[in-house]
Amino acid sequence: MLAVNGLNAGYGSFQALFDVSLSVGAGESIAVIGPNGAGKTTLLRAISRLIDASSGELTMEGRRYNELPAHQVVSLGIAQVPEGRRLFPRLSVEDNLKMGAFTPAARAGYRERLDFVYSLFPKMKQRRMQLAGTMSGGEQQMCAIGRALMSRPKLLLLDEPSAGLAPVIVQSIFELMQRIRAEGYTVLIVEQNIRQVLQVVDRAYLLETGRIRMSGAADELLASDEIRKAYLGL
Amino acid sequence: MEFFDIFLLEAVINGLLLGGLLALLALGLNLVFGVIDVVWICYAELIMVGMYTIWWLHAEQGVPLWLAFACGIALAAVLGALLHQFIVRPVLAAEPINQLLVTGGVLFFLQAAATVLFGVEFRNIGVRLPGVSIGEVNLSVARLIAFGVALAAIVSTYLFLTRTYIGTAIRAISQDRAIMPLMGVDSSRIYLLTSALGGALAGLAACLLVLQYDIHPAIGLSFGPITFLICVLGGLGNLIGGFLAAFVFAQFISVGGFVFHLEWGYVLAFMFFIVMMFWKPQGLFARRR
Repeated sequence: MLAVNGLNAGYGSFQALFDVSLSVGAGESIAVIGPNGAGKTTLLRAISRLIDASSGELTMEGRRYNELPAHQVVSLGIAQVPEGRRLFPRLSVEDNLKMGAFTPAARAGYRERLDFVYSLFPKMKQRRMQLAGTMSGGEQQMCAIGRALMSRPKLLLLDEPSAGLAPVIVQSIFELMQRIRAEGYTVLIVEQNIRQVLQVVDRAYLLETGRIRMSGAADELLASDEIRKAYLGL
Repeated sequence: MEFFDIFLLEAVINGLLLGGLLALLALGLNLVFGVIDVVWICYAELIMVGMYTIWWLHAEQGVPLWLAFACGIALAAVLGALLHQFIVRPVLAAEPINQLLVTGGVLFFLQAAATVLFGVEFRNIGVRLPGVSIGEVNLSVARLIAFGVALAAIVSTYLFLTRTYIGTAIRAISQDRAIMPLMGVDSSRIYLLTSALGGALAGLAACLLVLQYDIHPAIGLSFGPITFLICVLGGLGNLIGGFLAAFVFAQFISVGGFVFHLEWGYVLAFMFFIVMMFWKPQGLFARRR
């Protein structure tokens, strides 16, 4: 579905990604793991076209979209839940969800999508008139994921969904990941919480200082010596 | 004594009517600031251009008044969009002082252009609406119309901002501009639309003012500063704060002007503003951040 080929990207003269290649097949759930500052967020920003790649190729369902303006990427079927959730704090939950359905194609099915998101997160329905900024971190994460789902994406990008949340909430966020997977969504998730994320994805890529160091099935990575020593402290 | 009270009541009602008009003036300026974070110092000069357009079309060219109104609103909307595209957009990332200076430059440009084109004479569209008496209270029909239309425009703008996708995006963009592309929103288009809407509101204000006031190149100075002060008093960018502040200000002008002397109304209003700036510099109804 999504293919990234030989991607180089960065900010100004600072290069954050070096020759990164990865692919996400339809129905797969993929994680990009790695330490802080490895370039994981930059990778998602490049895929969403929030930053320009200096070289390399982005392809979605066979269509190369390297030059597409960022606001048209949603229409390809790619929705991102950004790092730190980034809800509109002074808009209600429902208005935040409405923003997720901004594209003309998504507007047509707004009611139906809203019902779907509310069935996935009944708590959001209870809080629909509440200002998003007044909710707890876990609730905000649900709202942010719901907002991304409103555009009826084919591919969901999740940037550090567990960051800044209490351990109990982190657990529930990963349970949520599994439910979203069960709904048939294709997911690309970026996480530092390596042990937990490897339990909910099919395959994973290890990104270190802007380069892909390892890739493979999630259980293989979980069992590999390198990951166990460097990241799981075993 | 009873006689006195009727006039006081009249002053309060006139203050209320003026408040509606001032609230409309504040709405356009506040909307643009709230979304784009740039103060259009030349906002009242857009109104002046709208007033001249209506006068020229109706009084000079014989165009029906309603069509002249429509043209005035349309021209002001286009001017708002042009102002954004060619003046504000290049300085979006600049220091606020530079943004004030460029829109201030537009103020002087428009004033000078109006003087060159139409001279310094006072013009009016030659429409005099009658007064109306309710009991012993005398009111101006032009003011009643202005109040009604202003409130209708404010309510429509509110519904637009809360009920539509574009309106919701206008509210969202001021809260987090950087992620708007992830929603599929082209931020530059929303800015342009907001500027056109701000211009259209200035054009609508021109329609209402032209029924009550003579037009001259410096008329913007009669409304510009007071509109800006109302926005600041309500908390810049806070639409509801600006709405309420307009009515507070209008009562100072109207009742203060009645109790003392017309000019004293303005003095009292500005004194109140200065005191409030010491007490609550972030505005009466500042947004909690």
